[in-house]
Amino acid sequence: MTGTAALAAQAHGTHTLAAQTQGFLSTSGVEIAFLLVGLVTLGAALVTVTTRQLVHAALWLVVTLGGLAVEYLLLTAEFIAWVQVLIYVGSVVVLLLFGLMLTKAPIGRSPDADSGNRYPALGVAGAAAVALVWVVADAFRTTWIELDGAPQGTTKVSGEFLFRNWVLPFEALSVLLLAALVGAVVLSRRKNAQAGEKR
Amino acid sequence: MHLVYPAVLAALLFCTGLYGVLARRNAILVLMSVELMLNAVNLNLVAFDVWLRDTLHAGQALTLFTIAIAAAEIGIGLAIVLLVYRNRGTADIDRLRDLHEDAPGPDAGHGDREEKAEAAA
Repeated sequence: MTGTAALAAQAHGTHTLAAQTQGFLSTSGVEIAFLLVGLVTLGAALVTVTTRQLVHAALWLVVTLGGLAVEYLLLTAEFIAWVQVLIYVGSVVVLLLFGLMLTKAPIGRSPDADSGNRYPALGVAGAAAVALVWVVADAFRTTWIELDGAPQGTTKVSGEFLFRNWVLPFEALSVLLLAALVGAVVLSRRKNAQAGEKR
Repeated sequence: MHLVYPAVLAALLFCTGLYGVLARRNAILVLMSVELMLNAVNLNLVAFDVWLRDTLHAGQALTLFTIAIAAAEIGIGLAIVLLVYRNRGTADIDRLRDLHEDAPGPDAGHGDREEKAEAAA
């Protein structure tokens, strides 16, 4: 009798515990939006790496990066979302398009966009995907992100943590950007002094 | 929000980029796939930062640094690809086999390209 009572109390305890924690698919709007945008992002990424039209690959990359910016917004990292839009969609994709045009990429379908090791690559990527998704889903099965409360990535918060705790890496990064700028200029400059005599 | 969603999305995006890096032939498409992998890492960093509620916000700071480094990387990478294209006339990475062990030696047909590479060196 006492055993069944204890069992019932235990069952009641687990029941209240299960009621307190959320279900696996708690139907909050943020999660649904995250899933839908994530599907669009993943689909655009797959088209980016498989399409045979080189310019279309760059344009699908825009969809992928924009979808990731929306995901950052849904994770309340607002400043990072706008930085993503500005730098990736604004400059990196434009640089890639310039690169495609300067290397005289074919406009239509190019049959040799994929190299010969396509199927080994598919095997490696598939094995990595299965292993990573298995491990990640098993590890974080019971963790939830609390998105309530103050948003954690507004511009005010970002400015505070960036210029209070991360000033030195920030400045070092500006030196790195300067070095990259000089390096790109040096690499792409025509060496007229030497090449002018030979050509 | 369940933490599994951003983590799994980041893992799948990373593997998509991995496939692109291994399977693409054009060097600029390889650079696009590298961008996909970097973005997957960024999504992971932001998701874990929001989950941990870090007071230093290390994840978001590292995301900003990764974005800046990716911009620098794409600039240098495109400069290298344009230099290779100017010297070789192609941006296909599986035709750049000069360091391959049993690559055929520079024959007469490649004399023009060899000369250009020499001039640029």
